[in-house]
Amino acid sequence: MNLNLKIWRQKNASDKGKMVDYPISDVSPDMSFLEMLDVLNNELIEKGDEPVSFDHDCREGICGSCSLYINGEAHGPDRLITTCQLHMRTFKDGETIVIEPWRAKAFPVIKDLVVDRTAFDRIQHAGGFISVNTSGNTIDANSIPINKQDADDAFSAATCIGCGACVASCKNSSAMLFVGAKVSQFALLPQGKVEATDRVLNMVKQMDEEGFGNCTNTGACEVECPKGISLENIARMNREYLSASLKG
Amino acid sequence: MSGILNSSIGRKFAMALSALFLMVFLLQHFSINILSVLSPDTFNEVSHFMGTFWVIQYLLQPVLIFGVVFHFVMGFILEIKNNKARQISYAKNNGGANSTWMSRNMIWSGLAILAFVVLHFYDFWLPEVTTKFIDGDMSGLIDPSNSESGLRYYEELQHKFVDAWRVVLYVIAFIFLALHLLHGFNSAFQSIGANNKYTKGLKTFSKIYAIGIPVGFIFIAIFHFLNH
Ligand code: HEM
Ligand code: SF4
Ligand code: FES
Repeated sequence: MNLNLKIWRQKNASDKGKMVDYPISDVSPDMSFLEMLDVLNNELIEKGDEPVSFDHDCREGICGSCSLYINGEAHGPDRLITTCQLHMRTFKDGETIVIEPWRAKAFPVIKDLVVDRTAFDRIQHAGGFISVNTSGNTIDANSIPINKQDADDAFSAATCIGCGACVASCKNSSAMLFVGAKVSQFALLPQGKVEATDRVLNMVKQMDEEGFGNCTNTGACEVECPKGISLENIARMNREYLSASLKG
Repeated sequence: MSGILNSSIGRKFAMALSALFLMVFLLQHFSINILSVLSPDTFNEVSHFMGTFWVIQYLLQPVLIFGVVFHFVMGFILEIKNNKARQISYAKNNGGANSTWMSRNMIWSGLAILAFVVLHFYDFWLPEVTTKFIDGDMSGLIDPSNSESGLRYYEELQHKFVDAWRVVLYVIAFIFLALHLLHGFNSAFQSIGANNKYTKGLKTFSKIYAIGIPVGFIFIAIFHFLNH
């Protein structure tokens, strides 16, 4: 396949940045999107040019590192996948592919296609955990019976890999799907209920301080999320938050 | 509870409550207007009651005005905040792949409704306030000196729909209202946290409302245009 890539290039956080055209030929349809970028980078290095920086780690859809806004959609046009799971056969020979970094004030660009997602870490530090003593006297989690539906819902919420596609896709750069998943994952389980009130208040406070936008319920996040995290988690977070505000 | 409007979810909740309040108001407004088609006499009597009963005039009307103003002011605040959250926009963004046009353009359908609300106040509210509080005529009669002249509301309504341009503007406004509500009504339920086993029913109900009520208003406007 021959393709015309339009890639966002930006030297560092303070550089203005611009889109640059890169024609690329002999791309195998079986390559993953990241492998295609590897091939491009090899060519750039051979020519003595600066390779394109992009995030990646596991390359099997579980770590959440790979990002990329491809042809106007987070992780490209396919559903329920990350960019490392996107294959070149999804595109047509001769197609132009626009590749941009996640765009959000809370996710500033570090270089080229790499953005700083530590805002998510700070939200997690604000409450995305349970305080249990794990030094030698941990209790078997299965000793507490849990309603099947709650267990399933908590498990689904826990599949969020923190990739940030929800923020990138949202017209408001809202992080509510991510935070909703993290809040729900604990709020549904007995171990998480103990700190539920403080958790939701603190995580939402941190989310707001990071400069993420508000939710308009467009549902773009749910469609683009590689893990299919449902909007129900945002509704649950809203309920948790409202009842926590009344208590706290 | 303090400072709930300072949080993103709190603002969203307040937005949804004001919106749900407007949904109830709209249904009430429609129920009275449709009487003008079904029975002009009943329409006159109900209008007179609404326009003169103190609970409605001095308690509910201020609440309504507050609700409308709160809703669009909060809409502007959210829009400004949301725009700030993304300072550099995408060179290519395929919003249509993951969300509806209505959901992405609430501010534009909202602004169209706001323009209509201004026209509507000029058409009905200002003349009403002038008659009642400046001219001091609380009788509701066509000719206040003649108690046999009958109530004025139906006649005033008919007069408004003589001009074709006004009917066209009303129709356009109601199309925008339908677009606003097609996303908004269901969205309000999600905002207050009601996404559960009733969601499917709520979705259907809000779709029927979002199309049915504006179409009903359009029908009333055209009916009077053709029958005056
Ligand atoms: C007066 C002009 C109006 C403006 C400027 C306006 C603006 C907006 C905006 C910007 C939103 C989206 C807020 C968000 O980001 O979630 C919204 C939501 C909504 N609006 Fe309006 N609107 C107006 C009038 C109305 C009217 C007359 C109704 C109903 C009779 C209405 C019903 C709704 C509903 C149901 C929502 C959804 C609330 C939610 O998502 O929680 N709006 N409006
Ligand atoms: S909710 Fe989905 S899109 Fe958002 S961070 Fe988690 S996995 Fe990624
Ligand atoms: S590289 Fe880990 S999810 Fe794509």
